[in-house]
Amino acid sequence: MSTAIIKTLNLSSLARPRVFLNVSTFLLPLSLSLMTLLFTAGLYTALVSSPPDYQQGELVRMMYVHVPASWMSLMVYGFVALMSLIVLVWRHPMAEILAVSAVPIGALFTALSLATGSLWGLPTWGTFWVWDARLTSVLALLFFYGGYWLLYKGLGRGIRAASLLALVGLVNVPIIKGSVDWWNTLHQPASIMRQGPMAVHETMLVPLFLMAGAYFFYFVSVLMKRAQTELRVRKR
Amino acid sequence: MKLKHRRLLIIIGGFTGLGLSAFFTLRALQDNLIYFYRPSDLASKKISSQERIRVGGQVMPGSLTPFGKGVRFRITDQHTSLWVISSGLLPDLFREGQGIVAEGFLQDPHVFQATSVLVKHDENYRPPDAR
Repeated sequence: MSTAIIKTLNLSSLARPRVFLNVSTFLLPLSLSLMTLLFTAGLYTALVSSPPDYQQGELVRMMYVHVPASWMSLMVYGFVALMSLIVLVWRHPMAEILAVSAVPIGALFTALSLATGSLWGLPTWGTFWVWDARLTSVLALLFFYGGYWLLYKGLGRGIRAASLLALVGLVNVPIIKGSVDWWNTLHQPASIMRQGPMAVHETMLVPLFLMAGAYFFYFVSVLMKRAQTELRVRKR
Repeated sequence: MKLKHRRLLIIIGGFTGLGLSAFFTLRALQDNLIYFYRPSDLASKKISSQERIRVGGQVMPGSLTPFGKGVRFRITDQHTSLWVISSGLLPDLFREGQGIVAEGFLQDPHVFQATSVLVKHDENYRPPDAR
């Protein structure tokens, strides 16, 4: 049944390297343009036109850099885990290329989340780091990204070992999400992805979602570029 | 069964096993995973006055007063409340009604001697004039 759906949509043709190269060559400038547009609008609303916070003042603007980075670090990991599953079960070469291309971007987002979070924490919480469940599990996420890279590139253990690690590390993702609810943490609970209304005012949601969109198209653009390069290197 | 289906089954099975062990491990380690105790947790934990711990709660309005070289205030988790004595610096966002996490020693069941105080603010963000 699933093969019938995939054949109808012709999705599997995307999995053929030549098709991917053609489609991505067309999509890349579009993605870059969207990214640029969203960054321009996002940075303007984040830094200029949106209001300060009732308690944090101008410090709240760090949210527009920190939160989208955190979201992307998890989204990219989910993508890598999905690609890793396809590698292990279907042995698809395109899945390997996409996973390997995505990992450094995910690691970058995770590192950015930790760095901006720490900078934000110092004037608001009074410290730039605590070993609470949220911060520790996100650091673990960075280690899983790094471990993948170490296995694949550093130790030359290949895509199967790295993919296995990616799947093992997937357990960490719901832990990150649940950490602020299941245990007493310094990091506050979720303001957006939660049951009930969002705890962020609409004037602040605009820059937040614009920046999130910008980060997303950054990921898509860089992923496509890296995958194209990886394909060309392998074809030699 | 097809090889790829068997691989899929093995992975799903392995992942389920992993998830279960993670669940039970985390459940068993509860006390080590929490960053602070709430005032209500303290009674049942039998904490000695030499044990460095962290307590978190909301600063009760009207309770903040000067005390020696520092201040004292009460924190609550809506069930139990506790005095906190702090002689150090308080973070900028500290105020009555704010959430805090204090690290230090439980002098007696009703008084906590803090060596440091952090602010644990809530998840609400809005402009100054909005509600």
